[in-house]
Amino acid sequence: MSSRERILGRVRRALADAERDEGPYERAVERGYLREHGGRSTAATVELLAENLADYRAVVHRCTAGELPAVIAGLLAARGARTVLVPPGLPDRWLAVAEAERVPDRSESTPHELDRVDSVVTACAVAVAETGTIVLDGGPDQGRRRITLVPDHHVCVVRVPGQVVSSVPQALERLDPLRPLTWISGPSATSDIELDRVEGVHGPRTLEVVLVSGGDQ
Amino acid sequence: MSGTFVGMPAFPRAAHDAVRDTTLRGNLRHATHTIRAKRAKAVAEVSDWAELREAGKRIKDHTLRHLDRYLEQLEESVTAAGGTVHWAADAEEANRIVADLVKATGETEVVKVKSMATQEIGLNEALEAEGIRAYETDLAELIVQLGKDRPSHILVPAIHRNRGEIRDIFTREMSEWGRPAPDGLTDTPAELAEAARLHLREKFLRAKVGISGANFMVAETGTLVVVESEGNGRMCLTLPETLISVVGIEKIVPTWQDLEVFLQTLPRSSTAERMNPYTSTWTGTTDGDGPAAFHLVLLDNGRTDTLADEVGRQALRCIRCSACLNVCPVYERAGGHAYGSVYPGPIGAILSPQLRGTGSEIDASLPYASSLCGACYEVCPVAIDIPEVLVHLRERVVQGGPATREGNKVVLKPAKGHAAERAAMRAAQWAFTRPGVLRTGQRLASRTRRLHPRTLPGPGRAWSGTRDLPAVPAEPFRDWWQRTHGTGEDGGAK
Repeated sequence: MSSRERILGRVRRALADAERDEGPYERAVERGYLREHGGRSTAATVELLAENLADYRAVVHRCTAGELPAVIAGLLAARGARTVLVPPGLPDRWLAVAEAERVPDRSESTPHELDRVDSVVTACAVAVAETGTIVLDGGPDQGRRRITLVPDHHVCVVRVPGQVVSSVPQALERLDPLRPLTWISGPSATSDIELDRVEGVHGPRTLEVVLVSGGDQ
Repeated sequence: MSGTFVGMPAFPRAAHDAVRDTTLRGNLRHATHTIRAKRAKAVAEVSDWAELREAGKRIKDHTLRHLDRYLEQLEESVTAAGGTVHWAADAEEANRIVADLVKATGETEVVKVKSMATQEIGLNEALEAEGIRAYETDLAELIVQLGKDRPSHILVPAIHRNRGEIRDIFTREMSEWGRPAPDGLTDTPAELAEAARLHLREKFLRAKVGISGANFMVAETGTLVVVESEGNGRMCLTLPETLISVVGIEKIVPTWQDLEVFLQTLPRSSTAERMNPYTSTWTGTTDGDGPAAFHLVLLDNGRTDTLADEVGRQALRCIRCSACLNVCPVYERAGGHAYGSVYPGPIGAILSPQLRGTGSEIDASLPYASSLCGACYEVCPVAIDIPEVLVHLRERVVQGGPATREGNKVVLKPAKGHAAERAAMRAAQWAFTRPGVLRTGQRLASRTRRLHPRTLPGPGRAWSGTRDLPAVPAEPFRDWWQRTHGTGEDGGAK
């Protein structure tokens, strides 16, 4: 007997006493919890996102679509970034005035090569206000998962209010589980020393989130 | 369950030493009290906590009740997404599968994400025996590995170490494993985190094989979820060419939507955060992004035996948040090592004796490692009634009876060392089923009450050493009732 058969057999024997529910799953579990916590205006939801991002030590910036290239260029310059990783589908104009040398996100790059790049600029798939979370789904303007992991400085652009949802349930509705997802809430951190939170371990130690509103983004 | 804590003494003896370790007591008190207050605040932020908890419980119960169906569905979805599914009935089989997979890649080292399942099966030791070195990359696991220590907490395995001890371990041991600790390392947490970052960086960047567990597996989509803080998880999940995930069969949820419950309750219960810094989800393999090969090892190792117990099976709802440890007065004083298992605290006291059976001294003692105060049940985000299971397991230890071991129904013998308890219970049963005897006994007790000792003699001495014996009233209740409400018959209550 294979282990598969053995385990499934044990499960079935273990459940011999249990009542089986053959109805549809939607009716099997009562979901009395909220789809979002409290009703907010769109502006208030964006405000909450900014607040919660900052609470977990992300650096939040706000600008209009027209100002975005200058804001990104300013962030990279302030950081002293000489090189910046760029996902293939990042809008060209976002980096139009940035001075840092662009490094394309390529499958051939080794982790060691990525480790030598100073910064990375991406968009996101969705942002969650209640938890201060940005979610990347590997789309063309976000690139491979590793490019937002190895460099020490991540600039993430959130298009507001379009990409902002209130809650975790609303975020899951928008996301495609078949894509590899990375949920990011603040820079890398640990609670492993005396159960107290310290920012800055393996992931980017500086996370800057640019909330960009209006116009052609 | 195997590979860990061989020859561990019973809980009371191990705890006896631990409670006298003042450094340990101080470290645990500081850490658990810090997190308790924060958790309460994080939970209070969501007005529908009770509903989320109830939904989490129901999702898990439903899944467990149809586990065979969901396991088959998960296997199908993972396979369709480009992954390979392996089944391991016990620790030995899981270790062999993983070792063979690593050897097939030609590599002799692997990087690991913190995983309770691989701790439980003793994977690192098994790989070492095959000439494969496993590097733990979670900060707390690194502290445990470098310190040749044992984990003492589910979420923070090095919770028993304070910052000074961590600094000493890093300074002394890092050079043995790779990049040495920076010169002049102090004990500030930020510097310690930086030392870990530098030490592990070279290992992440050259790693070809990553090993992980998973917090959740979604049956309908084949998606795995890892919830973490540091980014070591992301490193291990995305940089290597091969990813092997060892996951207990109870980690399944039916649908993608179900994550909306647990991604709200788990971070708040474990690290007391609205959301943990990083959550990764992946479904099979993705062309050009992350590992090209993905293996999922589904682990039984006592879980189906636990599932067979109608009362005890609720322990399989556990999402390993560790809130019950942080709030437990016994854990706070005895520390995690006394539980003799990778699963310490209240959840460990009901999980270990079920996964491993109650055959060993330590496992037979674990259901007693509790004051039954119920704080664990109150904070549990999937509402596991830990006190109920503890009492159930105590009964099994004392009385023996039917259980399931390795898929077979067995009848357990009563454990040694509980003879007095059994005799007392038998005597009570005899008296309670004979009203005349009970009445005579109660009257006798009332009339002789001035002669009663303050402590029990013989085997009861230890019990009454820390407790007051209940005072016997001058008149038994039944006599009082008869006297004041009597109908002429025998008290009306039979």
